[in-house]
Amino acid sequence: MKSKRICLTAPYLVWSVGFIVLPLVIVLVYGLTNDNGNLTLANLAAIADPIHLSALGQSLLIAFGSTAISLIVCYPLAYILSRSHQSSRLVIMLFVLPMWINFMLRILALQMVLANTGIINTVLGFFGIPAQHLLYNRRAILIGMTYDYLPFMLLPLYNAMCRIDRDLIDAAADLGAGRFVIFRKIVLPLSMPGVISGIIMVFIPSISEFAIADILGGSKILLIGNVIEQEFSLTNNWHLGSGLSVVLMIFIFISMAIMNRRGESEVQAL
Amino acid sequence: MMKRKNRLRCSGILLAAALTAGICGCGAKTGENGESGASVQGAASGDKTLVVFNYGDYIDKETIRMFEEETGIQVEYEQYVTPEDMYTKYQAGAIPYDLICTSDYMIEKMISAGQVKKLDKSAMQYYDNLDPTYLKFCEAFDPGNEYAVPYFWGTVGICYNTELVDEKVDSWSILWDKKYTDEIIMENSMRDAFLVPLKLDGLSLNTTKPGDLNRALDQLKEQKSIVMAYMVDESRDAMIAGDAALGVIYSGDATAAIDANDRLAYVVPKEGSNIWFDCWFLPDSCQHEENALKFIDFMNREDIAAMNFDYVYYGTPNKAVYDKLDEETKADQTVFPSEEALSHCEVYSYLGAEMEEYYNRLWKELKAY
Repeated sequence: MKSKRICLTAPYLVWSVGFIVLPLVIVLVYGLTNDNGNLTLANLAAIADPIHLSALGQSLLIAFGSTAISLIVCYPLAYILSRSHQSSRLVIMLFVLPMWINFMLRILALQMVLANTGIINTVLGFFGIPAQHLLYNRRAILIGMTYDYLPFMLLPLYNAMCRIDRDLIDAAADLGAGRFVIFRKIVLPLSMPGVISGIIMVFIPSISEFAIADILGGSKILLIGNVIEQEFSLTNNWHLGSGLSVVLMIFIFISMAIMNRRGESEVQAL
Repeated sequence: MMKRKNRLRCSGILLAAALTAGICGCGAKTGENGESGASVQGAASGDKTLVVFNYGDYIDKETIRMFEEETGIQVEYEQYVTPEDMYTKYQAGAIPYDLICTSDYMIEKMISAGQVKKLDKSAMQYYDNLDPTYLKFCEAFDPGNEYAVPYFWGTVGICYNTELVDEKVDSWSILWDKKYTDEIIMENSMRDAFLVPLKLDGLSLNTTKPGDLNRALDQLKEQKSIVMAYMVDESRDAMIAGDAALGVIYSGDATAAIDANDRLAYVVPKEGSNIWFDCWFLPDSCQHEENALKFIDFMNREDIAAMNFDYVYYGTPNKAVYDKLDEETKADQTVFPSEEALSHCEVYSYLGAEMEEYYNRLWKELKAY
């Protein structure tokens, strides 16, 4: 019985050790050593460098931005979809469909849409409006990230709202609660788990993003992901790259812990 | 110009090299060079063979056929994409290359590693066809021209869209003109970006003075607000599409861009720029030195060099070919920059690990600005 259980867990074990634990250990070892193999904290402390701090700041700014936009767009949509049963599946499908196409391809397509001679500017030109510089700035990065990660916000929100018992809402209405009170007292707290996981799913990939910043930002905006990528590919300083990655991971763990604790207390408060 | 020092990565490269070399070795035998394919095995014992390694699509294949016909030497012709690819395949040692053509910085690296054989110039009867001007440039990475024979050369310059730029473009200073805000593409690589302000200030692009480099950084920072994007290979497509008015690009890319969009033009600014060379050399794996020298010499022969020039259309260091070109070709700046610009052009030299780190720092500072 026991050996059978080991057999069944073996593939997962191999996977998690080989592709999760081992790489993390390698990153840690590189991050905590220097070229001579001596232990050092300098690679972690390097985050205090003004260039790295400003890159982290840019990443945070854009990650907050894309998370906030996704939440504002998806929350009402998820609520409407969870209330209407006929068309909701189709709309969800429409949101999920682009995820079948490679992320990078969609970003490259977006580049063509936003370019100076791109689709939007061609249409504007048709109406006699001069070409707009839509690409290669912070806004373009924000559009790209939001576009890529929006479904990750919508799906958890939709699932959480579908699970809200209609009877609770009906009972509240019977007892004289207005629509605003129902929303504030029932829908909002009960959808919190979806909000939390949506935020985590969008915020974490956003904060470490670098390829979208290169393509849609024209390599003009340095995010912390770009710094780490360059330490590996351009400068060949794997120690510094790993050190900064560790700092970023710590950052992500802390924000996840805060989010999870808030999520738990919201649920317990009911 | 990149230094690779990482142990993990090295073992990865060796593995990849072993794999690719194996695949390529097999591919060549069954591939297009069918008639000369068997020569890989014959290379060790036979004497009428030659294994040549060159960039992809960088020769008129007809010249190889002519060489085989005239000398009776069977050529095994292999191709690669980047100098780094070439180096890993060479190091894997699966194929004993007799003759390689690659870029200046890689040759410099291989010469310093003792992986290049000295040339017996007395065995080459057409060596004198080479223009001394270009041989002198090559001394930057091959002092005394002892190891390498230039094959083609090119420059870094400004590609511009004549529909969007009315004025005459002849100076790097146009890249600071606010009129072209969000219409300028800069090179997204350190040395190619820094050469622009360095040359504009009349300095050497190989300067190691922190003061010079910091001033260049300040100029690039000032320029950043009007730069549309920093790009590498994508800049060619962006120029063709008409997304930008001005772009700093390589002359080879400019030739391709102008082919696709005839409103584009290319100029090497009068302050000078980077000039790069692709050269033939004998690696230490060479087993057929005599045949390799014959091949280099054949490439330098006027008619053969002219055929390859027509095919590749990069700058030729062959004076005999150049002298017979028509005036229109001689005036084409994608191939031959003005004499004034050329006199200020320089080959990149390796600046050492310490300078490389300094450059990396400045580069990050520019990107974070």
